[in-house]
Amino acid sequence: MLKNLRRAVGAIPFMRNPALASRSYSVSVKQMMVREALNSALDEEMSADPTVFLMGEEVGEYQGAYKAGFTGLGVGAAYYGLKPVIEFMTFNFAMQGVDHIINSAAKTNYMSSGNINVPIVFRGPNGPAAGVGAQHSQCYASWYGAIPGLKVVSPYSSEDARGLLKAAIRDPDPVVFLENELLYGESFPVSKQVLDSDFTIPIGKAKIEKEGNDVSIVSFSRMVGFSLKAAEILAKDGIDAEVINLRSIRPLDRSTVNASVRKTNRLVTVEEGFPQHGVGAEICASVVSDSFGYLDAPVERIAGADVPMPYAANLEIIALPQVDDIVRAAKRACYRSVPLSATR
Amino acid sequence: MALYLSKSGKHLPNLKQKFGLLRRINNNLSSCSWSCCFHHQNQPSLSPIPIGIIPTLFSFRRFESSKPDKHLGSLHNHGGGHPQVLNFPGGKVKFTPDLKFLSDYPDERVHCYRVLDGSGQTVGSNFVQIEKDVALKMYKDMVTLQTMDTIFYEAQRQGRISFYVTATGEEAINIASAAALTIDDLVFPQYREAGVLLWRGFTLQEFAHQCFGNKYDNGKGRQMPAHYGSNKHNYFTVASTVATQIPHAVGAAYSLKMDGRDACTITYFGDGGTSTGDFHAAMNFAAVMEVPVILLCRNNGWAISTPVSDQFRSDGVVVKGQAYGVRSIRVDGNDALAVFSAVHFARKMAISESQPVLIEALTYRAGHHSTSDDSSKYRPIEEIEWWKEAQNPVARFRKWLEGQGWWAPTSESELREYARHEVLQAIQVAEKVDKPDLAQLFTDVYDVPPSNLIDQEKSLRESVERHPHEYSH
Repeated sequence: MLKNLRRAVGAIPFMRNPALASRSYSVSVKQMMVREALNSALDEEMSADPTVFLMGEEVGEYQGAYKAGFTGLGVGAAYYGLKPVIEFMTFNFAMQGVDHIINSAAKTNYMSSGNINVPIVFRGPNGPAAGVGAQHSQCYASWYGAIPGLKVVSPYSSEDARGLLKAAIRDPDPVVFLENELLYGESFPVSKQVLDSDFTIPIGKAKIEKEGNDVSIVSFSRMVGFSLKAAEILAKDGIDAEVINLRSIRPLDRSTVNASVRKTNRLVTVEEGFPQHGVGAEICASVVSDSFGYLDAPVERIAGADVPMPYAANLEIIALPQVDDIVRAAKRACYRSVPLSATR
Repeated sequence: MALYLSKSGKHLPNLKQKFGLLRRINNNLSSCSWSCCFHHQNQPSLSPIPIGIIPTLFSFRRFESSKPDKHLGSLHNHGGGHPQVLNFPGGKVKFTPDLKFLSDYPDERVHCYRVLDGSGQTVGSNFVQIEKDVALKMYKDMVTLQTMDTIFYEAQRQGRISFYVTATGEEAINIASAAALTIDDLVFPQYREAGVLLWRGFTLQEFAHQCFGNKYDNGKGRQMPAHYGSNKHNYFTVASTVATQIPHAVGAAYSLKMDGRDACTITYFGDGGTSTGDFHAAMNFAAVMEVPVILLCRNNGWAISTPVSDQFRSDGVVVKGQAYGVRSIRVDGNDALAVFSAVHFARKMAISESQPVLIEALTYRAGHHSTSDDSSKYRPIEEIEWWKEAQNPVARFRKWLEGQGWWAPTSESELREYARHEVLQAIQVAEKVDKPDLAQLFTDVYDVPPSNLIDQEKSLRESVERHPHEYSH
């Protein structure tokens, strides 16, 4: 099916004429759900390289996930030379195999002095979903992001999903691939280039989703979408926000973030995870260390509430960053007088 | 829990033929019924192989082909007083009116396979005949291992190395198991199997370099002493985490199977290791995935200070095999010929039938757990001494060699002198070698050093230049 699609897309030349563009828009720019982006990337990588294989308790089935002993198995297979893609139902369950992720995968190339490399990918939904409670909602970006030897990425759009997953599978180092369950069903436009079977996105490079001059909003995964919506709202109030999609948690693209802050002089970080020792804390430290003189306001950090995730729908909403929180934080950074918290 | 493995569609025919996985399942299923199956049964040819096995109320099964000859819930009445049989998920089971519990402990423990008695005489003829040169190499390596352990241990006590782990009392397990394998078999050690590496050709000098963590260390000074590893010898680097090597071995065995290689993996662990979650997961997966792995448990009676009576209440480790559907054997770990034969046949079975084999080698940890332990604090010295002298595996093998006319007493003192000299030499050389260069702090974290580490190395070198007196070498 994918091959047919590519042929169809290729048949229509890129239109520069705006009048014609509106007619050809629906054909030359395909809409793709994140779920489809991930599946197509997996399918293509498995077809191209016979050493790539999938393992997990969620592969194709909607079963409950239990122990993660297969994490160790996957690492063993990677030691031998295969390229496993280990799927967790959510990264909360990966905690039962975290010893293997950290001690058997991340550190092994170093501990074995390069004798054993581990070209493994650990993927699965990360962070909150909707109404799944405390043990199914934690964001692990900052935990894994702290470990030398691991690469950690977190896609937002379908383009991110395809490019980063292909890059992760091809990468000789162990990669933690943090998806988001609520993004699976969201559609994004994908260009012909994205649909190419060799399309990859470099790990360690952030993307500027929207350029701006007044304040830098840095986030990853689902919060990028929220940040873009916040930027729309801020534009109406005359604040031109720059929205940065980190794409990679480790390595962190410090240069893109710092360059942005040196331009806008104000920084807001957004994440769904717990605030202490979070991704935003590291970004803040990086900016304070490298671009202190450029900051015109304290760094604003938006994060999930410092509580285990409650189940009740109203409580869950308050426990997570909402678009309004990002808008208010940006305004605080711009010294507009706004209350610190929501008034509901 | 469902395990789902999938590969690219074009490998489907290969897998079906090579591994007979579905064939085996079909054989089991030929007289089984379907439970209610709410997934579509006709798979398109490109879909992955489904393997679902869930021992719960909600289980279902999907296989390539299977002829249900009875519906779920039908009872087989054989007539004439024969018990009824029901096709439960998992297979046919006979009913019984007897309210009987299986015993928690057998009246008689599983027998232990042995070839050599205490005086080095063979018992029976059920063992693999070993060639003279193999036997001699085995003995020499056992003596070298013993010597290496003694001297390195003392070196640690003298403060020359920071840590060491001996294999005292387990020389037969180390050397004989290694001798029964080929160099293509992948070894996933715990940390008491330096003898396996020695057999494969790792030199005393290389052992010493690793213990001193110097610039010639194959491990680039990254790990504590006795955490050896060598790609060349197919010996995966020792890690301190307990029992993590067991699922690694299973995963690698799976890869060997995918590759159709004439090789297996072997993994070693102690009695304590069998109490971990990783042991359970690995055994279960090895059985279900049908992979060529030898799981060798060195049951030496002690997990640091925990005696086996506090470790488990089963009849040792061998009976755990049956619980997972894994073939197993109990063997006298101090008997080199028995260990050799057991591993030899285990390897054959593992590879030709693509299935795991569990070997419980009974032995005694004659040394302390490590140099950080003083076992006289928790066990009587007389016990240690008895095992060291009366059950010494090296002595027992020597008696057999002498009985064969392959070893003379003069050769003994020569060998011991030589081994001692070589070990001391290796230590003296290693001690004087410089430690690894600064650059080794930053390499191998990733395949390619990332920019932040390149910057940090630069900044560190500048710091060293500015304050040379604060940095040695």
